[in-house]
Amino acid sequence: MSPAEETGAEPSTPAATTAESAPTADRAGEVVLRAVDISKTYGVTRALKGVNFDVRAGEVTVLFGENGAGKSTLMKILSGVEQPTAGHLELDGERVELASTSQAVARGISIIHQELNLNANLTVRDNIFLGREILGARGIDYRRQAEITRELMDRLEEPVSPETLVQDLRVGQQQIVEIARALSTDARILIMDEPTSALSTSEVHVLFGIIRELTRQGVAIVYISHHLEEAIEIADHAVVFRDGELVAAEEAEHIDLPWVVHTMVGRDADYDFRDRERRHGDVALSVQDVTVADPSTGKIPVDHVSVDVREGEIVCLFGLMGAGRTELMEALAGRDELAGGRVTLDGTDLAGRGIGDRIAQGMGLVPEDRQRDGIVQMQSVGRNMALASLRTWVRGFFLGKRAEFSSVARTISDIGVKTEGPDAPIMSLSGGNQQKAVIGKMLLTAPRVVLLDEPTRGVDVGAKGEIFSLLFDEADRGLGVLFVTSDVGEALTASHRIVVMSRGQVVCELDPRETGRDEVLAAAEGTVPEHARTSATAGTSGPAGDPESTSRTSSTSTTNGASS
Amino acid sequence: MSSTTAQQAAAETQRGSRFSFSLGSVLVEARALVALAIIIVIFAALNDNYLAVSNLTTIAKDVSFNAIIALGMLMVILNAGIDLSVGSTVGLTGAVAGNLFRGVDLPLTEAVMFPATWVIVLISIAVGMLVGLVNGLLISRLNLAPFIVTLGMLYVGRGLTQVLLGGTNITNELRGQEGLGNTGFFEIFASRPLGVPIAAWVMIAVAVVFSLLLTRTPFGRWLYSTGSNERAAELSGVPIKRVKTRIYVLTGMCAGMVGILQIANIRSSTADLGEFYELNAIAAVVIGGAALSGGRGTVRGTIIGAFVIGFLSNGLVIVGVSPFWQTVITGAVIILAVAVDQIQQIVQRRRAQARAVAEARRVSEQAERDRDSEGKEAAGV
Repeated sequence: MSPAEETGAEPSTPAATTAESAPTADRAGEVVLRAVDISKTYGVTRALKGVNFDVRAGEVTVLFGENGAGKSTLMKILSGVEQPTAGHLELDGERVELASTSQAVARGISIIHQELNLNANLTVRDNIFLGREILGARGIDYRRQAEITRELMDRLEEPVSPETLVQDLRVGQQQIVEIARALSTDARILIMDEPTSALSTSEVHVLFGIIRELTRQGVAIVYISHHLEEAIEIADHAVVFRDGELVAAEEAEHIDLPWVVHTMVGRDADYDFRDRERRHGDVALSVQDVTVADPSTGKIPVDHVSVDVREGEIVCLFGLMGAGRTELMEALAGRDELAGGRVTLDGTDLAGRGIGDRIAQGMGLVPEDRQRDGIVQMQSVGRNMALASLRTWVRGFFLGKRAEFSSVARTISDIGVKTEGPDAPIMSLSGGNQQKAVIGKMLLTAPRVVLLDEPTRGVDVGAKGEIFSLLFDEADRGLGVLFVTSDVGEALTASHRIVVMSRGQVVCELDPRETGRDEVLAAAEGTVPEHARTSATAGTSGPAGDPESTSRTSSTSTTNGASS
Repeated sequence: MSSTTAQQAAAETQRGSRFSFSLGSVLVEARALVALAIIIVIFAALNDNYLAVSNLTTIAKDVSFNAIIALGMLMVILNAGIDLSVGSTVGLTGAVAGNLFRGVDLPLTEAVMFPATWVIVLISIAVGMLVGLVNGLLISRLNLAPFIVTLGMLYVGRGLTQVLLGGTNITNELRGQEGLGNTGFFEIFASRPLGVPIAAWVMIAVAVVFSLLLTRTPFGRWLYSTGSNERAAELSGVPIKRVKTRIYVLTGMCAGMVGILQIANIRSSTADLGEFYELNAIAAVVIGGAALSGGRGTVRGTIIGAFVIGFLSNGLVIVGVSPFWQTVITGAVIILAVAVDQIQQIVQRRRAQARAVAEARRVSEQAERDRDSEGKEAAGV
């Protein structure tokens, strides 16, 4: 009960924040939290190696680093989720032990986690006050909680009712609830681990406005994001992590994208496949008027979508979260039934065929959520990669183990999976290499078309380029590729054609060689005309004219086919 | 060139895999083997008859009955499922076989049909498989929880057994009659080729077939992968529903075989035949190192698990421990087996962590020394 009572008073202060934190505002730039020689080991993995790190009041400190560089581990230590193996923390110059998140919260340190940590079956209000309920004379004071929730959500410009169930919210709105929860603790130090991954551009702008407001009040912000440009925009101060070490620290004026990428990777890992020669053949995959309905909600996540993929063509399906991309991919792979439309592969109608049949026919999916859908955790790299093509190695009753092993070993070396061998546990690989193994699993099936849903999610910058390079090599041999992304940079540099989806529909098709970032983003925002203009004015450049009309002209697949 | 290196790599890893594979499973199985050895030594010391041939034959039979069912159970447990109905299925197949020996009244005629012995055996086993098929279809097609479906089937099977037997045991009819052409049941199913009970031979055959199935066929791979991550398996084109249905048919088949072997063994078809078999089978699988959460378990481990239970319960009987305490001790051993497994894993994790910490400390101290010496050099310069 004591944490509830203790924090019971705290949430009442968001309105009073300005007054209370005034003294801290004077201290802007002062170090409030210091990590001293922090090391952390998990089993045999050394996630952090003697890191020294300062958090300053009234400033946004951005952490850059590839996956596994140690950023999230350090944030977990700062927020009391984990304890360091060696080293210690100093808060306001005093040595502190943060044994739990509630201790950290009590000392004014709050974290917004990378994964959404909400209870979908509870209301927005209950989620925000979970574990810190405000107690009144007759138990929980729901009225007071709802009031504060409403204030917070208004401030975040997302006025949903406090009584709404979290499961009824869009993913982006859920992320905002998560942010509201962190704000409600009235933290002096606010850690944001990938807060924007599910937000649309306009929502990101709102968030940045709030971050600015908070820093003016003296709150120290620690910010992590894979959207490098976004993070550079908000940074006052940046540090770069590599292999568990802090390798660089800079003030905002010295930071730009090339510097960040260079320091993160240790080398320039820029990829751009736009100018690569393309050889497109006949249409391999044809999707016509495909509609997918979700029987449990009655919603239609995919609404009459048509798209063709030719041999050797790499088509990017761009859209924000909730645009229906994943639903479309899973329907194409055969997991969900179509509510309408037709899917043909090399002219064969795939209606009524299961996932296995479609893989045999030459089309398989590399799913978005690698841990949940991509890998079999308890098995080795080799067994994972072999899983989709076991039938091809059967001799009589039994598996031809030698044939299997040589095929798998060859694929491992062809696509450059960094592993001790096919027998290494799949969980011993880095995210990027796990992803390569999952892609390798599909390539082993000798496919005609590969579907990839966010193929670079949770993959570090260096491996991203390698994955696309691998896909382009396969495309040169005639493979058709359809991949989903919400990363504009990827859409523009690693595809032959961009198909933009929004709210279940194809908005337009764009040629990456003639398109700018703003155009793609504006189209994906859905409300094309108005938003395109606002973001064009708000954005840096943006070509003149209505993006929608320019895109429509360069849209049809025939123009791209002709380029072969 | 590259293909030869790849083949070499494959050959090497194959060797490596055999080594690492056996190392991993040996740790789990060694524990069960040590337990088995301790049990044998203790009871052999307490009672001279424990290791007598006649007693070993009894143990072999009991172990075999349990092991055959446990091997079927292993299949569903690998898939993160469970089959509580196997005990009832044993009783049901026994009752079906008994009734077939009694003769089938053909409807609309005065005739009574007496199927040949081998036909009776096949039909009975088929009934077991049918029960499994119903379980499997309900679980895979309707997405029902295996626990609930097979719990229901436990009642249904036991009830049907009682209906078929109508309150009496079928005993004399099993002998068959020369004139009816249904003799030879006991001669075959209670025989001892080479002095070993037929049930043990069946167990060996099932173990060999299941072992090949699990390690050498796509079906085995599919089974392990669906048990570990069903969604990933599904997206890899694994026919997860078919796999699921088939494993329940296999457990039903195993139960059917035990039903036949048991009525031959006790020379009677009774209504309580096979009660609690499901629990003994689950215990054997778990003691053998399988994870109830699926994806982990071996044929070898399961057989050893069945031996542990068999030698333990026989030993308790032979040294005269009261039946009540027998149950208590058997239960405690099962819990102990699982607890030791967990403790072993925790200890291993701790050791790895301690090693890593020591390594980290060494490296950071080294770095400090380097910094110091650098500092001195810089100062010197």
